[in-house]
Amino acid sequence: MVAAPREHLVTAPGRPARRGGLRTLVGTFLGYAVLVFFALVFLYPFVIQTANSFKTEADAAAHPLSPVPDPFTTAAFTKIFDSTAFPLWIGNSILVTLLITVGRVFLDSLAGYALARLSFRGRGAVTVMIVAVMAVPGVVLLIPKFLVLNQLGIYNTYTALVLPLLVDAAGVFIMRQFFLSVPPSLEEAARMDGAGVFRTYWSIILPMARPALITLTILSFQASWNEFPHTVVAVQSPQLFTLPRGIANLVSGSLGAGTQYPLKLGAALLATIPVAIIFVVFQRYFVRGAAEGGSKE
Amino acid sequence: MAEPAARRRGGIRGNEATAGWLFVAPAVLILGLFLVLPIGMALWVSVSGWNGQGSPFAPGVPFVGAQNYADLFLADGLTRENFMISIRNNLYYVAVAVPAQTLLALALALVVNQRFLKGTSFFRTAFYFPSVTSSVAISVVFLFLFANSGAVNALLAMIGISGPAWFADPRGLLHLALGGLGLVDVADPPAALTGGGPFGLSWWEWLAGPSVAMSTIIMLVVWTTSGTFMLIFLAALQDVPVQVEEASLIDGANAWQRLRHVTLPMLKPALFLVVTLGLIGTWQVFDQVYVMSQGKPANTTLTPAYLSYRTAFTDFEYGVGAAISFVLFLIIVVMTLLQRWIMRDRDEVRPRRRWWPRRGSTS
Repeated sequence: MVAAPREHLVTAPGRPARRGGLRTLVGTFLGYAVLVFFALVFLYPFVIQTANSFKTEADAAAHPLSPVPDPFTTAAFTKIFDSTAFPLWIGNSILVTLLITVGRVFLDSLAGYALARLSFRGRGAVTVMIVAVMAVPGVVLLIPKFLVLNQLGIYNTYTALVLPLLVDAAGVFIMRQFFLSVPPSLEEAARMDGAGVFRTYWSIILPMARPALITLTILSFQASWNEFPHTVVAVQSPQLFTLPRGIANLVSGSLGAGTQYPLKLGAALLATIPVAIIFVVFQRYFVRGAAEGGSKE
Repeated sequence: MAEPAARRRGGIRGNEATAGWLFVAPAVLILGLFLVLPIGMALWVSVSGWNGQGSPFAPGVPFVGAQNYADLFLADGLTRENFMISIRNNLYYVAVAVPAQTLLALALALVVNQRFLKGTSFFRTAFYFPSVTSSVAISVVFLFLFANSGAVNALLAMIGISGPAWFADPRGLLHLALGGLGLVDVADPPAALTGGGPFGLSWWEWLAGPSVAMSTIIMLVVWTTSGTFMLIFLAALQDVPVQVEEASLIDGANAWQRLRHVTLPMLKPALFLVVTLGLIGTWQVFDQVYVMSQGKPANTTLTPAYLSYRTAFTDFEYGVGAAISFVLFLIIVVMTLLQRWIMRDRDEVRPRRRWWPRRGSTS
């Protein structure tokens, strides 16, 4: 605020620089060494995965580390589409992901808005329930979820794959926090003009909530595309397998006999690509989601 | 919060109350039906002898009281043995994975946060990328990396080490370390340790450590979670006021002193969040076990989460499976509370009503 201490601050780092010029250089070098090393650790497995899915089985076994397929072949991918149910899994995954993402974005924002803005009896109780549900570890719910799906007679159906995941407590909470952070003046004006609650929500609130809705869309897409444990207790028939379930079966089931690494790596690669593209394009929304919602598992 | 009922029907507040309930109804219904109600149903199943035939609420299903729970803790038998082995495996898993992922995430965040380094946003993205990919797809990649003729063993061969058959190796790391130091003979462990021990497992078995096979799953999980936790630390680091750092610089603190006495204390809430999420997450490992090992070899990658699934869906002992789920739930709750108590800050006045996990406390 005042000029004097600022000058002081500017000169302060200069002082050690006289004797520490070399030390800064060494520090920079070490910093980059650490960054590059870990970048390799975190990314090279994906390079290996991609390269090996274009190799022959013999080449993959002999030179697993090499990033260059020799010879280059797309045999694994031909086989994925011809001799596994991969196209079916993709279709199921797209359907389930679309439904869940649309459902979550709409229902989570609706509930989040009501909890932040509308006053109704029982609002506090509902908020507590949402937060409590968020704290229940998902794996503990595997058998309970199966029980209820079985009891309702929807076990082993598309409904079982989609309906239980249509609302996600963390999403409701993120939306609630977002709406709490926006000033209410705009919607109050609209309401004074006689617009109904839903009308106000639909034409005033939702357009305003775009950044939060994008975050929620991306998180929902990623979570439902990758969802695995739920499919294990919701469906049994191979006709209803999504990509993660199908690949898990391909690897661990009787089909997984033999190595066939190019095939397995290729299938896993294809399942990773959509999320990878979304991640690269919408990176900052992922980062915001991680910071706001804590980690989901 | 208790808004008085609208005096006039159709008033703005009256509409609001109806709309409020309509807006939250789908969420309440779905969460209630598929998350809250099932817990009640599972509670009944865990005290029943239901075998998966028909409805668990049909009149013929026997009530067995605490029998299923007793089988896990008291009765000598295969059920208790498997359960205790899974608990042992997961204890070692938590003991290695939580410190490893926390320290790695913190270290990465500290380096990425250095202002004198350029291009850190690329590295931040690179470190975070594994966290957003599918656990199943990543497990497939690690199956290949750690295969007998896989990338890791090829790497080890380059420096003259002959790598193990990772997924087929049930030897415990602690046993290997004790044997390597010459403290015990692994082939013929001391009778004092093999003679007996708590819960039907000998002390020798309790002291196995994570198996070689389990260590691959630990590496996989540390690799995928560190990126997310790094972001939590980064968010907290960016909240550390520049003035504080500069002041300590003027006071002549060196880099280590600044880290130890300035940065780390300010990261305490983030550290708390990361350790809590880590403890909750590591007790839930399921996908990786399902894809990579199914509990093999010799049950050394068996975890309570996977065991509860296997007991119910392969052995059709739904009662025991549900009981394992509830014990696991209890373990996670106790771990969280214990951790909360250990890391409590006496100086901090904490609002008493916030008993739930502090989601979003880093933003």
